[in-house]
Amino acid sequence: MTALSGTIPVFASLEGAPIALKAWILGMLENMGMPEPFLMLVSIQLSILGFFSVFLLLFVLASWFERKILARIQNRRGPNRVGPAGLLQPIADGIKMLTKEDIVPVAADKVLHACAPVLIILPAFLAMAILPYGKNMTPVELEVGILLFFAVSTATELAVFMAGWASLNKFSMLGAMRAVAQILSYELPLILAATSVVMITGSLSLTAMVEAQGGYLLGILPNWHVFTPWGFAAFAMFFISALAESNRTPFDLPEGESELVAGHMTEYSGFKYALFFISEYLGLYVVCGFAVALFLGGWQAPLPFLTFIPSWIWFFAKILCLVFVAMWIRGTFPRVRVDHLMNFAWKFVIPLGVMVLVSAAVWHLAGRGPLGWILSLPPLLIPYWLMARAYGRNYDAGGRVYRFAE
Amino acid sequence: MPLVIERKPLTKLEKTWLPQIIGGLKTTFGYLRKESVTLQYPEERPVIPENYRGVPTLVKDPNGRVKCVSCQLCEFVCPPRAITIDPGEIPEASEQAHVEKAPREFEIDMLRCIYCGLCQEVCPEEAIFLQNVYSVTGTTREEFKYKKEKLLELGGPLPDRHFKWDKKKAAAESGNGGH
Repeated sequence: MTALSGTIPVFASLEGAPIALKAWILGMLENMGMPEPFLMLVSIQLSILGFFSVFLLLFVLASWFERKILARIQNRRGPNRVGPAGLLQPIADGIKMLTKEDIVPVAADKVLHACAPVLIILPAFLAMAILPYGKNMTPVELEVGILLFFAVSTATELAVFMAGWASLNKFSMLGAMRAVAQILSYELPLILAATSVVMITGSLSLTAMVEAQGGYLLGILPNWHVFTPWGFAAFAMFFISALAESNRTPFDLPEGESELVAGHMTEYSGFKYALFFISEYLGLYVVCGFAVALFLGGWQAPLPFLTFIPSWIWFFAKILCLVFVAMWIRGTFPRVRVDHLMNFAWKFVIPLGVMVLVSAAVWHLAGRGPLGWILSLPPLLIPYWLMARAYGRNYDAGGRVYRFAE
Repeated sequence: MPLVIERKPLTKLEKTWLPQIIGGLKTTFGYLRKESVTLQYPEERPVIPENYRGVPTLVKDPNGRVKCVSCQLCEFVCPPRAITIDPGEIPEASEQAHVEKAPREFEIDMLRCIYCGLCQEVCPEEAIFLQNVYSVTGTTREEFKYKKEKLLELGGPLPDRHFKWDKKKAAAESGNGGH
């Protein structure tokens, strides 16, 4: 904490507030004479409860926020009937989802059909455990945090395929197959982008990665990875792949309603459908959380004089910004075609990912300074330019002829 | 003549695809701050244009006389046969006895009406008009069969330039009504 935080006691006390609250509850229980193993259990439960409630609250907020943002982009007003500015809309939706009939197809595999929505929500919660929410606020301090994230995020694929297979519906099956192909293809650039950060930080621990981005260049510019050539490219790649991983527009092919009804969610209704819905948003939050931790400085304040604001507020503010960008992109770009999606992953993002690794290595070897800037840009820009040109080779500039139009 | 849409070759910058992506994002961000164009319907009502063709309605003249004389032209012209008229005679004792005929019952089935406006066009008495009523609701088929009272209530009085029947009466009384 800087000197400024001493002058603003509210912020100073807020910084450690979540931890202090937990310590207070534990201390109270200890005074009541609770045994040590029980206290440990309570400590774990409190941490879990903390991020469960925060993220579920954020999910509720996001479902309202997304509809509002999309409505504004389309010159509508969005939900405005339930509660002030429609803020209670998610609660109304929740009640609707809970009271709806749960329909299971006769031919479905009943066990798998019921398991899939539960299984799909687990990876998001597991990955939340290792996010560094603030200074000394990582629920589970893992040396290999980033590995756990990749291991766990791939597990959604299994749940999606389970849902598609168990429903015994052609739409579900096709959607699930698309989802698996898509998530597999975009897992690779996601890993490549994260690997560059691992290379630079020399650690697999997320806390170490965030701490490596502390400090300010010339006392004013934040030392985040996104403000380096390789970091920016890796961040863009990570974000694009993250959108694809969490099935968001423009990569929401697995549930493209114009072709597949709702993909793997076609045969789900009621609360099971709601679980898919929740997992989608939680997945987005988690992936944005990792993007923040890897590239946007985690809980570090963007400017030195803003450090008096508690670190966890910065972390969540950054996550919300990224989520807003995801919604903005959803409101802007149309869904891509399925062959374009695959081509984009394998012929564009992955080769570029390899070049990001090269660029990061050059940056490190050139001393991470001005020389690094000069030398690490060409390995990124030249392949990008060449591949973008190759991508546009099929662009027909000859004009489009409409024979039967006036 | 085929229509040819010019497609310019991409510029050097456009070949990186970045200007297109950024341009799209810029456009949508601009819309974020624009006023919404939707109408909050039950509270806000749309402005109905002057020449709107809504529900066909029966009108009265400024003196409150039902203008329809039940000539049944609209009934005959109505393409979906939505109009049913039961013509009746005006009793001798009435002030309007010289008009001779008035509808005993006038019914339009709004589920059949196609809002073509032929009834308005054919009416020699200017008694039926498609006006600004656009909201037709009901829960049973019977509710959609609008009776005379309902049609007159929807129509209301409209200004009249001729007062045809009043003039005829005046002419007949002054002895100039000979044929």
